Amino acid sequence: MTALLDIDQLLDQMESGLRQALEQRGVESPVLIGIRTGGVWLADVLSKRLGIEEPFGELDISFYRDDFSRIGLNPRVKPSSLPFDTEGRDIILIDDVIMSGRTIRAAMNEIFDYGRPASIILATLIDLGARELPIQPDVAGKTMALESHQRVKLRGPDPLRIELQEAGQ
Amino acid sequence: MTANDSSPHHLQLTRDGQLRHFLTLDGLDRALLTDILDTADSFIEVGERTIKKVPLLRGRTVVNLFFESSTRTRSTFELAAKRLSADVLNLDISTSATSKGESLSDTLLNLEAMASDMFVVRHSQSGAPHFIAESVTPGVAIINAGDGRHAHPTQAMLDMLTIRQHKGQFEGLKVAIVGDVLHSRVARSQIRALNELGAGEVRVIAPGTLLPKDVESLGCTVEYDMARGMKDLDVVIMLRLQKERMEGALLPSEREFYRLYGLNQQKLALAHPECIVMHPGPINRGVEIESAVADGPQSVILNQVTNGIAIRMAVMSMAMGGQVAERQQKLSERGQT
Repeated sequence: MTALLDIDQLLDQMESGLRQALEQRGVESPVLIGIRTGGVWLADVLSKRLGIEEPFGELDISFYRDDFSRIGLNPRVKPSSLPFDTEGRDIILIDDVIMSGRTIRAAMNEIFDYGRPASIILATLIDLGARELPIQPDVAGKTMALESHQRVKLRGPDPLRIELQEAGQ
Repeated sequence: MTANDSSPHHLQLTRDGQLRHFLTLDGLDRALLTDILDTADSFIEVGERTIKKVPLLRGRTVVNLFFESSTRTRSTFELAAKRLSADVLNLDISTSATSKGESLSDTLLNLEAMASDMFVVRHSQSGAPHFIAESVTPGVAIINAGDGRHAHPTQAMLDMLTIRQHKGQFEGLKVAIVGDVLHSRVARSQIRALNELGAGEVRVIAPGTLLPKDVESLGCTVEYDMARGMKDLDVVIMLRLQKERMEGALLPSEREFYRLYGLNQQKLALAHPECIVMHPGPINRGVEIESAVADGPQSVILNQVTNGIAIRMAVMSMAMGGQVAERQQKLSERGQT
């Protein structure tokens, strides 16, 4: 059984949350960075919604993961691509789902290897809780908790949809 | 090298088919070779950043164990390891032929006692990295940086990366390897890689005295006449002519070799207009290649050097990754019993 969450509603929530966060911080020309793969799809959608014309960046965090010494290298690594200088910029970092916070830690380490940004706002489509690190999203499309047998997955890029999977299905 | 169960391709892969040593391209399929090229593409991007370093091998120790000297290969391996955040120890060891076996084992024991995680080995004897991989402590990865006449797999892979960058793919490509194939470990690895990746035709162009006896069995066609061999080529790979070969009566003279097999603009004009020119370096200008060609618009020789760092980063991180994944698997199996 696969239940779909309403993606448009969550994107509306992210958009308004981001507008609010940008205004509060007085950020005028932010750049978007999406974490592969789902975060990149979302960065594409949100850059249009927010009217950001500067091309968004794509981050592959495989070289920065903290589980290399347990599972080795991700064989599907693709090059990161940041088509702008991060030094001194206000960055909106986007991922589809946040749980442990380890992906975000890796992503921030990687971003700092490109330069020192002025600020980073973290936006995620879904916040599943279950955090293992002191990292919280500034903006989340939805906050929810999963039962241990449930999984959530963003499919895309066109159309974007969210799948809630029950184990054994 | 004796028993079948110690054949290199079993030795260099984990049960799941991940790389754990990198000794030869034999036994590595197209999917794995493509994985190496794709991973290297990502490392090329790292080399373009302000901070050209990723934390993958942080806290690990890589020993460059060079029994045969080589400035370029050693320095690109060193840079690759450093860009992966590993600690690097460079050992240039000149060996006396008689005590080689014993001193090699002793050297290894000492290095293992220093808790090394990876040995990058270059040796004048074919099979030396294989021997080390068989005898080394589990968990230590061995990378072949060139052994005797046998193989130079990272050089071949950086050449494949360079070809893919310029040509997009391998299907249907006509590739020639020109010069001293007989003594070249690079040529052997290149022919193997090109065939596995699906190149259309691999030619070797050389005088008969510089070809191994059963060269066609490596998977290539043979052409003795360079003008004929250059026809329609998409890629021409020049090999370095080692001066000492002149003394072995294999060749009449340098000048004669250059006249017949040296690459100049006239000969290059016979190939496809977009044919790229490659050379593993160091180049002998005026012996196997003319300066106007080596420095010309079709030359990608310096791209090869840049790609060499990325390929070595890919192979080192994949082999280390295979080792750690295997160790974890064993630990969890032990935990379950």
